[in-house]
Amino acid sequence: MQQKIPFYLLVILLISLGLGSAIYRHINLEVPWLPGETREAWSVEARLEFTARGGAIVARLAIPESQPGFTLLEQGTASPGYGLSYLTEEEIPAVRWSTQQASGKQVLYYRAQFLLDKGQDRPWPAAPEPLAAPILPEPTSLAAGRLIELARQQSANQITMAAQLLNALQSEDQQVQLLTQDRSLEETAVLLMQLAGIPARRVTALRLKHSRRNQDSHAYLMVYEADSVAFFNLATGKEGRPQRLLIWEMGDRPLIDLEGGRNTRVSFAMKRDVVPVQRALEQKYQDVSAMQVSLHSLPLEEQQLFRGLLLIPVGVMVVMLMRVLVGLRTSGTFMPVLIALALMQTALGAGLAGFVLVVATGLVVRSYLSRLNLLLVARISAVIIIVILLTATFSVIAYNLRIVEGLNIIYFPMIIIAWTIERMSLLWEEEGGEEVMKQGGGSLLVALLAYLVMSNYYIQHLTFNFPGLQLVLLALILILGSYTGYRLIELIRFSPLAQNDKDRSG
Amino acid sequence: MNWLISPRRLRKLGVLGMNQRNIEYISGHNERRLFPLVDDKLKTKELAVAAGLTVPQLVGVINYQHQVRTIAELLHTQEAFCIKPSKGSGGKGILVIHDHDDQEYFKPNNQSLTLIDIQRHTSNILAGLFSLGGQPDKAIIEHLIHFDEHFINYSFEGVPDIRIIVFKGFPVMAMMRLSTAASDGKANLHQGAVGVGIDIVSGRAGHAVQFDRPIEHHPDTDMPLADISIPHWHQLLYMAARCYEMSGLGYLGVDIVLDARHGPMLLELNARPGLAIQIANSEGLLKRLERITEMDDLALIPDDRVSFVQASFA
Repeated sequence: MQQKIPFYLLVILLISLGLGSAIYRHINLEVPWLPGETREAWSVEARLEFTARGGAIVARLAIPESQPGFTLLEQGTASPGYGLSYLTEEEIPAVRWSTQQASGKQVLYYRAQFLLDKGQDRPWPAAPEPLAAPILPEPTSLAAGRLIELARQQSANQITMAAQLLNALQSEDQQVQLLTQDRSLEETAVLLMQLAGIPARRVTALRLKHSRRNQDSHAYLMVYEADSVAFFNLATGKEGRPQRLLIWEMGDRPLIDLEGGRNTRVSFAMKRDVVPVQRALEQKYQDVSAMQVSLHSLPLEEQQLFRGLLLIPVGVMVVMLMRVLVGLRTSGTFMPVLIALALMQTALGAGLAGFVLVVATGLVVRSYLSRLNLLLVARISAVIIIVILLTATFSVIAYNLRIVEGLNIIYFPMIIIAWTIERMSLLWEEEGGEEVMKQGGGSLLVALLAYLVMSNYYIQHLTFNFPGLQLVLLALILILGSYTGYRLIELIRFSPLAQNDKDRSG
Repeated sequence: MNWLISPRRLRKLGVLGMNQRNIEYISGHNERRLFPLVDDKLKTKELAVAAGLTVPQLVGVINYQHQVRTIAELLHTQEAFCIKPSKGSGGKGILVIHDHDDQEYFKPNNQSLTLIDIQRHTSNILAGLFSLGGQPDKAIIEHLIHFDEHFINYSFEGVPDIRIIVFKGFPVMAMMRLSTAASDGKANLHQGAVGVGIDIVSGRAGHAVQFDRPIEHHPDTDMPLADISIPHWHQLLYMAARCYEMSGLGYLGVDIVLDARHGPMLLELNARPGLAIQIANSEGLLKRLERITEMDDLALIPDDRVSFVQASFA
């Protein structure tokens, strides 16, 4: 028992490592446990409309980036006749359209898709450097000073102070009237922040609502306090950021900067999309380091390959169960896994029929070869060539009979089939056809079971998205490998002993 | 439920299962490096000769393909012989010739083979057709065993042999294997040979099975199986016990044949003996194995071990 302890420790270690990594992936990378889960994504379209004067045009539209709550999945434009460049490296990301000559009404589109994403941890841009307050006429400056003084008394920090100030702006106060006399409410708010020395930025935001057109943007004030950020709706003075508030622009600049046109107008259209998590994650992580996302960062073709590879341990596990717990005999220990893998490429029925057809025909040919008295290597080589010819023949025949599934036969591993034929034929000569049927049937049965498990949607999802679970499989296989109990078949095999037991006691 | 037995019942009967055999007995007591000694019959033979055990006399060994052509000269002086693969398993590839005139070679069922047939069989052996994992092999040519008159009617074509399971040098269980028409003259239980449980103390037959099910008479010759009693039984047990020191394997199947002239002869050793012996004896192995495990590792000589077995397993 003593030497068993390290073994169990290893098993426990493997299981906890495996489950741990899976849980980590689930929590930190939001990989769902079950396939078919969906996420909410928003397609937003900015429509820029203006009248061109007939000359060169340069139009610049600020564009949004990933931000807390939203992840940019993809973006694009529709602007025939315009040169296009993304200015994403600049402080305020923008898209720039340009053309040599245009006249009349012009419409340019920019589209972006955002994933509603609680896990997005890209920080907000840092607080802006406070600007020197402008010099104001005496009465205005006094009024502002009084408002600020009052707000400071009623607040605890910069955010609450900003709230007080914006709240005050909503009142019909005399001082407020004086301040808003020759500037808009928004400008007043920004001015007050400057005077009070509160780090804040004016931002342009969109409220996302399903299937809306012709929406306008809204002005918000973003107030910084140490590590936190608060949002205030500048029109109402209300604090808070609705979950579906997408901040479009954060540089306190106009959304549009146009040369060579007039009557500019920008409006937004938006709609909610439901995207499968898988796709959402693939897009989200397509340019993040491979360490974090492992297999999703590989090119599609390799991903496909790994999808198959990661299923093999599951198949191996099925074989293991059938051997150790049930006691089924198969020809070639892991041949069933290979058949199952091939079946996954073909349709099940066509695959099985093709396999049986090739093996059966191969056996007939092999029985002739055995009379030629060849060396083993030569015989197997001959069988391989024959198997390849057979698959080619069957494929052509199937194709001409319009059985497209017949073509899938090429997915079967030729060399494995050749060995199977060789083994079965030896078995036939030595132990007779019955044993061949028994082992062949056993192999097919296990292959079928392995296929059913491996082609399961949930299993495929789990193995591919949580490679850590392979360690759990490994641990299970280690446990199975030390199982000393009876096999199911032995319960039948040794049943005559029960008779004897009764005789003795009775 | 007659065709099924509960695992608890099996455990109570002390039946050894395949998984437990593999892990606790084969992996636990047989060192891997010793396997080649028993998997290669030629090596076993050399060991046995060195240990002073009687073995079927070796006529010759064919190592290389070019020697196959000269096989006729080797066989010329032998009236009856058998050709077997050195690394074969389960009785595969054993060709028995009981008479020949250098042109025609006769099998026990009087089927005649030509020299070409013999040569082809030998090449197949060399190519590894019958060996474990298809590895290249040697062909051994041995004197044919003239088996004891006692058993002439108990076997169909083949030679009956006695399998004794030896655990840490103690012979724990024995059975006789009789070939049948169903087993095609081979003494393998899963091919349809009859297994007769032999009482480890007295050497007398008890229970018998074919295809894992009890029978009373030999299916081909109709001889009552319960009448079997093995001569020189003590000598067989002693021989089996000696194989432990000889091979170093803790869990061992020893196959012995009774030759009419030379008495018990060691045929081969098996590092992975099957479990059917329990059905043939209608008794589980585990109780006996555990009895021996419980003993302190006394350095008993083979004679003492045989006495212990005969005293304990009565």
